[in-house]
Amino acid sequence: MNVIEVKNLSKIYNDSEVKVHAVQGIDLAIQEGEFTAIVGPSGCGKTTFLNMLGGLDQPTEGSIRVGETMVNDLKSSELIDFRLHNIGFVFQAYNLIPVLTAKENVEFIMQLQGKSKEERDKRAISLLTEVGLGDRVDARPSRLSGGQQQRVAVARALASKPKFVLADEPTANLDSTSTETLLDIMERLNREENITFIFSTHDARVVNKARRVIQLEDGKIIKDERKA
Amino acid sequence: MILSISWRNVWRSKTRSVVILLAIALGIFTGVFNYAFYNGMADQRINSAISTEASHIQIHPKGYLDEPDEKNYISNAASLASEISDKDSVKAACSRFIVQGMIQSPTTSSGIKIMGINPEIESTVTNVHSKIIDGAYFEGVKRNPVVIGQKLADKLKLKVRSKVVITFADASGYISGASFRVAGIYETSNKMYDQTNIFVRADDLTSLYGADINAGHEIAVLLNQSDDVPAVLTGLTNKYQQYDVKEWRKIMPEVSMLESSLDISMYIFMIIILLALTFGIINTMLMAVLERTKELGMLMSIGMNKGRVFKMIMIETVFLSLIGGVVGIIIGALVTVLTAKSGIDISIVSEGFGAMGYDSMVYPVLRIKNVIDVVVMVFITGMLAALYPAYKALKLKPAEAIRIDM
Repeated sequence: MNVIEVKNLSKIYNDSEVKVHAVQGIDLAIQEGEFTAIVGPSGCGKTTFLNMLGGLDQPTEGSIRVGETMVNDLKSSELIDFRLHNIGFVFQAYNLIPVLTAKENVEFIMQLQGKSKEERDKRAISLLTEVGLGDRVDARPSRLSGGQQQRVAVARALASKPKFVLADEPTANLDSTSTETLLDIMERLNREENITFIFSTHDARVVNKARRVIQLEDGKIIKDERKA
Repeated sequence: MILSISWRNVWRSKTRSVVILLAIALGIFTGVFNYAFYNGMADQRINSAISTEASHIQIHPKGYLDEPDEKNYISNAASLASEISDKDSVKAACSRFIVQGMIQSPTTSSGIKIMGINPEIESTVTNVHSKIIDGAYFEGVKRNPVVIGQKLADKLKLKVRSKVVITFADASGYISGASFRVAGIYETSNKMYDQTNIFVRADDLTSLYGADINAGHEIAVLLNQSDDVPAVLTGLTNKYQQYDVKEWRKIMPEVSMLESSLDISMYIFMIIILLALTFGIINTMLMAVLERTKELGMLMSIGMNKGRVFKMIMIETVFLSLIGGVVGIIIGALVTVLTAKSGIDISIVSEGFGAMGYDSMVYPVLRIKNVIDVVVMVFITGMLAALYPAYKALKLKPAEAIRIDM
């Protein structure tokens, strides 16, 4: 079953009277439970593509369907609500709210969804335990390592029970051990709970773990490879 | 949780928050203490006007206040005063026979208002007897005693037991007068009053004027409580329709104006202080928003809607304003409590104030209403100061904000 269907997706930036074709006519379908890496050199359109998938940016042309929803037809306020209930985000850095504890960070998104305190509590602790931080629930981000912070971000991304998780270069600021731990966690969640992950990355270690690798160049897909 | 985030955000940059909090606290302290100081001044002036000069209510012959014609008097004023003093809510009442005249000393003379009073009854209504700084209140001089103000004594170079000549026009319009001897010298906070009002016995004055001893131009009524003024005023007005019955606010409109003008001037003062603080708060919150561009971008990306972002910034700003405001109010209240007992000596500038009837020692008074006013104004200031930073936060585009280099 397709979680995401992208048809003829283009994004043109009119920067200083020069048109920049960041993404050009991409057609793509991502199925439930895929572990996909989007790779390519800097400026190839990875982030722009991911932003459009996440409803953070509007395409110039084409369409994005997530489940039954045409994302590009949604108004700005509807998009925020759509993101809240359908997409989990893991960013490269500055991922967490520094004044909240790990547990509160995970709970926060569920509170935005209007979940009860009891449900939030239970799920936040369960997710933090799943990412190996059951003993750090009350630690603030400043007391966690970069890798631990990203694991909290993964727990938060999953807290809203999203249709898929978008991770924009999640390992870019991590050392190799933290990267390995993070990837193992995400791979396990993908395998055991069938959670769909889409990464943009330069990191070969992420690419190695991915079961599908989409290579972009000049805003176009030049290679779409599924591993056995 | 937004409340909790906003509260914790206030303390993220402690130094910056403390600096702006101190600025707010200092501004609010200034405003609050200013309120208390001028409240004290106004209260003292009003109390002094009531207890020394006007009392709560006065009764005059019709038209007397507009045109003080000495022939226009109440023939049975003393017995009327006695009748009124028996009423509930009335503490005391006295009658006064008043004429305009001249007082002459061996060196100079001065125009004065001569108050013919019954000293025993007068001392139950006004407190001039307690303001005697030299001599005694109608004691020590058997014949024609006069009590004069310190300012007038200075001007005429008079001392206790000095002889003066008081002249005025009698009932027939002829110049009448007699020599009096200074029995006492009083000093109130109102220097102008001290210079222009002298007290003699009513029987001395009425006999010189040619009126019955019972006659008077003015009946002053002191009540047990100021709150009773409207009810007693209505009762007396209905009963004595042939006379003008007026409360102190009408008798001394310039003093009454203090009550209304104080609030207005203090609002203006507070608004100026808060306006200055608003810019400081805006600056601080703008910095806070700009520093957190990435974080705000992240929050909006994961699904925090604009309303919640706006609310978060607003609450944060209001917290900042209210903390500073409350600290300022507490300091203001503490300083008021400390100075309310000892008073603040403004004698260095009280020459001018004294001429307007103000005391040289001010005892600040802070009212709950003032505190509520300040809290409301600080809250509104916080809300207004939050608008621009919150607007800037709302204008952020999540996709751009999350990738901005800080």
